[in-house]
Amino acid sequence: MSALANATVAQDHHGHDDHGHHHKETFITKYIFSQDHKMIAKQYLITGLIMGALGILMSVLFRIQIAWPEQSFAIFELLLGEKYAPDGVMNADAYLALVTIHGTIMVFFVLTAGLSGTFSNFLIPLQIGARDMASGFLNMVSYWIFFISSVIMISSLFVESGPASAGWTIYPPLSALPEAIPGSGMGMTLWLISMAFFIAQSLLGSLNYIVTVINLRTKGMSMTRLPLTIWALFVTAIIGVVSFPVLLSAALMLIMDRSFGTSFFLSDIYIKGEVLAHQGGSPVLFEHLFWFLGHPEVYIVILPAMGLVSEIMASNSRKPIFGYRAMVASILAIAFLSTIVWGHHMFVSGMNPFLGSVFTFTTLLIAIPSAVKAFNWITTLWKGNLQMNTGMLFSIGFVSTFITGGLTGIILGDSTLDINVHDTYFVIAHFHLVMGISALYGLFAGVYHWFPKMFGRMMNKNLGYVHFWVTAIGAYGVFFPMHFIGLAGLPRRYYTNTAFPYFDDLADTNVLITVFAIITAVVQLVFIYNFISSIFYGKRATQNPWRSNTLEWTTPVEHVHGNWPGEIPSVYRWSYDYSKMNIDETDYVIPGQDFVPQNVPLQKNEEELNH
Amino acid sequence: MTVFLIIIVIALLGITFWQMSKILKLSKSQSSEDPTIASDKDNKIQGYLMLAFLIVFNIFMLYNFWSYSKFYLPEAASAHGEDYDRLMFISIGLIMVVQVLTQFLLHYFSFKYKGEKGKKAFFYADNDKLEFIWTIIPVIVLAGLIIYGLFTWSEIMNVEEDEDTVVIELYAYQFGWKARYAGEDNTLGKANVRFIEGINTVGIDESDSYAMDDKITSELHLPVDKKVLFKLRSQDVLHSAYFPFFRAQMNVVPGMITQFGFTPTITSEEMRNSEYMVDKVTEINQIRKENSKELVANGEMALDPYEFEYYLLCNKICGISHYNMQMKIVVESEEDYKEWLAGQESFGETMAKQEENNKQ
Repeated sequence: MSALANATVAQDHHGHDDHGHHHKETFITKYIFSQDHKMIAKQYLITGLIMGALGILMSVLFRIQIAWPEQSFAIFELLLGEKYAPDGVMNADAYLALVTIHGTIMVFFVLTAGLSGTFSNFLIPLQIGARDMASGFLNMVSYWIFFISSVIMISSLFVESGPASAGWTIYPPLSALPEAIPGSGMGMTLWLISMAFFIAQSLLGSLNYIVTVINLRTKGMSMTRLPLTIWALFVTAIIGVVSFPVLLSAALMLIMDRSFGTSFFLSDIYIKGEVLAHQGGSPVLFEHLFWFLGHPEVYIVILPAMGLVSEIMASNSRKPIFGYRAMVASILAIAFLSTIVWGHHMFVSGMNPFLGSVFTFTTLLIAIPSAVKAFNWITTLWKGNLQMNTGMLFSIGFVSTFITGGLTGIILGDSTLDINVHDTYFVIAHFHLVMGISALYGLFAGVYHWFPKMFGRMMNKNLGYVHFWVTAIGAYGVFFPMHFIGLAGLPRRYYTNTAFPYFDDLADTNVLITVFAIITAVVQLVFIYNFISSIFYGKRATQNPWRSNTLEWTTPVEHVHGNWPGEIPSVYRWSYDYSKMNIDETDYVIPGQDFVPQNVPLQKNEEELNH
Repeated sequence: MTVFLIIIVIALLGITFWQMSKILKLSKSQSSEDPTIASDKDNKIQGYLMLAFLIVFNIFMLYNFWSYSKFYLPEAASAHGEDYDRLMFISIGLIMVVQVLTQFLLHYFSFKYKGEKGKKAFFYADNDKLEFIWTIIPVIVLAGLIIYGLFTWSEIMNVEEDEDTVVIELYAYQFGWKARYAGEDNTLGKANVRFIEGINTVGIDESDSYAMDDKITSELHLPVDKKVLFKLRSQDVLHSAYFPFFRAQMNVVPGMITQFGFTPTITSEEMRNSEYMVDKVTEINQIRKENSKELVANGEMALDPYEFEYYLLCNKICGISHYNMQMKIVVESEEDYKEWLAGQESFGETMAKQEENNKQ
């Protein structure tokens, strides 16, 4: 490796003039109330993984009920208890609660906080060349608010009347009236409080990320030289700031309706033999407010994954990402469009059909930047020198599921076609592939790729391969057949399908899906094992194991507060100079090395690109 | 079938663990090889696996289309349903072309360009022409789909009420449906949940002169080939009236009246005797017979044989019995429909009876 690459890492301790980072750290300040972005990222990751394990376990439980309805299983009795699984048969209360909390945990706690929380915290300072986040304190506070929010959500599983069970979209009046469903009592209150905390942490975090990216970029790191990861995380934070407050207002209004007798969302209701006093509100208003966040939310989930995948793919293809500017433009286009398409969740909600037309138009527009991104990823692979590390496999898997899931969006985004597949298993298949599985692949790719930077050790690749291939087959095995049972008109959130004999011939397919789901869930244990054992016993990482260009790989393997022991490196180029040849096309720019890190000044023998 | 699948799962799990332990052993014995970074050998193996995955995935998709396409609903039983199905098939066709093509490129490239030491990747950062092409092609295709979709949408949603339209109120509650027909005056009486009392279960305003001849039924009968307009009203929480066979759906929202209209074109009788449905019902009854054997062996009741009827489902989570909130729909000739309707008790008659009972 050339000396150039390591030029700025020269351990010049005299240059360590920034702040006094030498103060002694106790266990508490280092591991618990840490203000170091790297530690906070790890806290987010581990909390997210624990929540993810819970969310996946719940999905296995309700999948068992769907495949073998109303049959007795010892695992139900063990995990749900006598009240929710009398004689080992899961009851409808438990089923709806599991579906609801599975959705909530996976969307918010795993794929929002676990994914963007982890990688925004970890990568933003490291990749832009900053010592830490703009406000380390706020960063710490945001993690601990997230922690409180997780604890409240989990504790809602243990209340007398059961956790929230009105679906993760918590549409009132069902979510507002304990008379309508038991889960809308204490469980729903805790859900709303938990979400209020969650939104607070998301806003604190997002503001911090935005400020950091705008203000703390190192010398030479212009916006057009930012790695695509940072672009994606930056834009994600902006979408979060724009849309999360709207969910907070919806949650607050729902709290008011529930507890203080207001009527934002309630009107003309007769329940349990009584007419309620609420008059004049509309549940459709709630749907608008919810989806004004809810739709951008799916991009909050998928954009970070896109950013991570772009970076990992370029690095492992030993090629620049194809069409950098188009990639940035499509991130911005997706972000903008994401805020004006929410109505496609409401084509049959009773809103004016003309609005449906408008939302169909804007929704299908999103397919264009998405298609550009998919084509650019595929072209990035073309004529590459693909290093099949686990992160790379998950990145390829990401593009595959993103395409498969994204394409059915063309059907669901079309108001006409939505009429008959709305709220069926077709929708489940669509969004699980395009945002659930894809974002999880992004998360896994990111963990495998940046694990050496996070923990100073490597993960085992063979276990990674097993994890990837079983997951890849299992995920398609679960969600591809679901399209077809959706097209048969099978609604989602049905405790059992036996009430309609017409669905009897779908039962075998449902069993098949559950079998795939169990296999896929079990193989995640391989990941957990690999993750934990590698933290303690993994092979020690070298400084730049994937031979990448971005700045985080110029920091020492052992974490230091402030990231670089010496001066912060300056940046002279974009982060995608992989396999760049010198002017005479005789060798790489740096002879014998197929990558040029961002901190290497422009060489005499190379052509300057506009980056 | 179930047992068979469970055995497969267990076998697969066994193989997984066996393979894993083998891999672990292998990775330990060859200490010269880095267990953490992909070597040329890994690149080769994973590249071939990508190719294998491409083949398996394509076979799996084919298998799905081959054996699950029959799940697609039968021929649409409403006038607009034909348009709906055509648009659906065009969309699925287009999607599958793109799907097969892009998945092929993605996995084939992953195989073709698997890494080797000393191989040079092609430094290829930009090509405006290419990017223009794959921006403009989706634009054109989507423009076509959007325009087609929007025309169909406005045709379906803009239901104009005329004298001939049959207006029916669908009333949703936890957990069931009721239908209210307008009666002789062809106008539905006013209603609100505040009027619910005793046998006035859907809250009809008794003082409204249009109300007394309204007829409340627990089955939905529709005349074939006549435009029907549904006015949807909910008593408690959100529901969704889902008519899969008619390609129709609309949410039922407490506090407002939503609507959806369509023209049924195939009677229940015709649908029952269609080739599609005869096959389907035979298969379902076969399955029910099999399941009954097991039930009877456990001392439980056998399942009734199934006969096809149209049905209406609730498709918006509404509570514990959401999964069983259904209503039978009968599409019949106009004469049969009129005869059935004439046999139903009007709201006025029900109220009168009630009063008489009270007097006695």
